[in-house]
Amino acid sequence: MEIGLPHYLTVAAILFTIGVFGIFLNRKNVIIILMSIELMLLAVNLNLVAFSSFLGDLVGQVFALLVLTVAAAEAAIGLAILVVYFRNRGTIDVEDIHIMKG
Amino acid sequence: MAVAALFFYLFSALAVAAGVMVIAARNPVHSVLFLILAFFNGAGLFLLLGAEFLAMILVVVYVGAVAVLFLFVVMMLDIDFTELRQGMLQYLPIGATIGLILLVELVMVLGTWSISADAVNVASAPAPALADMTNAEALGRLLYTRYVYFFQAAGLVLLVAMIGAIVLTLRHKEGVKRQVIADQVARTPETGVEVRKVRPGQGL
Repeated sequence: MEIGLPHYLTVAAILFTIGVFGIFLNRKNVIIILMSIELMLLAVNLNLVAFSSFLGDLVGQVFALLVLTVAAAEAAIGLAILVVYFRNRGTIDVEDIHIMKG
Repeated sequence: MAVAALFFYLFSALAVAAGVMVIAARNPVHSVLFLILAFFNGAGLFLLLGAEFLAMILVVVYVGAVAVLFLFVVMMLDIDFTELRQGMLQYLPIGATIGLILLVELVMVLGTWSISADAVNVASAPAPALADMTNAEALGRLLYTRYVYFFQAAGLVLLVAMIGAIVLTLRHKEGVKRQVIADQVARTPETGVEVRKVRPGQGL
C-alpha cells in the first residue's frame, strides 16, 4: 500500500485537533496549554515538510526550520513569564490572570 | 515499500497516542514525557519524508532543549496540579465539539483536494536528487544563499528570546554581598589604604 500525501496530512490534522482539544480541556493549566501549542506547531511542521517532500520543493523545509525557531523562542519566553507569574502569585491558574492589571 | 508503510503507521499511531496522552495525563511530568515521545515519532515521520536534517533538528532542539525546559519548569514550580484539573469535565463537551468540527473540516478539505500535475514544475527551489547531494547540504545551500536574511532574522528572534527570558527571570536578592568590579578597579591608593599612627600599648 502506497503512503501518499493525504496520509501525512491526515496525521497532521489529527495532531492539530488534539492540540486544540488540549487547550479547551486543560483551561486552567498554562503548562499543558503551552504543550498543546507545541503539538499544534509540530502538526504544522509536518504539513510543511510533507508538502515540501511530495512537491519536490525545498522552500517548505526552510520555512519549517523558521517555524521551529519561533516555536523554541515562544516556549522559552512563555515559560519565563510563567515562572515570574508563579513567583508573584503562587499559582498558575489561568482564570486568575484576568485580574492582572498594569 | 511495505516496510515504509509499516513504519509510517507505527510512527503516526504512536505520535497520535502520545499526543492524546499529553493532554490527558494526570501528572504534568508524564505529559512532558509523552510530548517527547510525540516529538520522536514526528522526527521519524520527517525521516520517512526524506527531511533528515529537520528530523535531527527536531530531536536536538525539541527533545534536547524545549522539552527539558518544560520538565525543568514543571518540577521547579511547586503547584497543586489536582486543583488545576478541577472543572476539566466541564469543558469536555465544548472542547470535543469544536475539535470534532475542526477535524471534519480538515478532512473534508483533504478529501476534495488534489495536487495539480504541473505543480512539481513550478517549484521555486527544486529539491536535488538524493544521489547529487544530501538533504542537509541542499538545505544549507538554499538557507545560506537565497534565504540568508531569513536565517539572520531567525537568529535575531532567538537572541531576543534569550535576553527576554533572562531579563524576566533574573532577580537580585537583597542582603547578598556582590562583587562590583567597577568599584574595585576605580580604587586608588589614597582611598584603598589608610595610614594611622598607633601608639604603643593602645589599640586603634
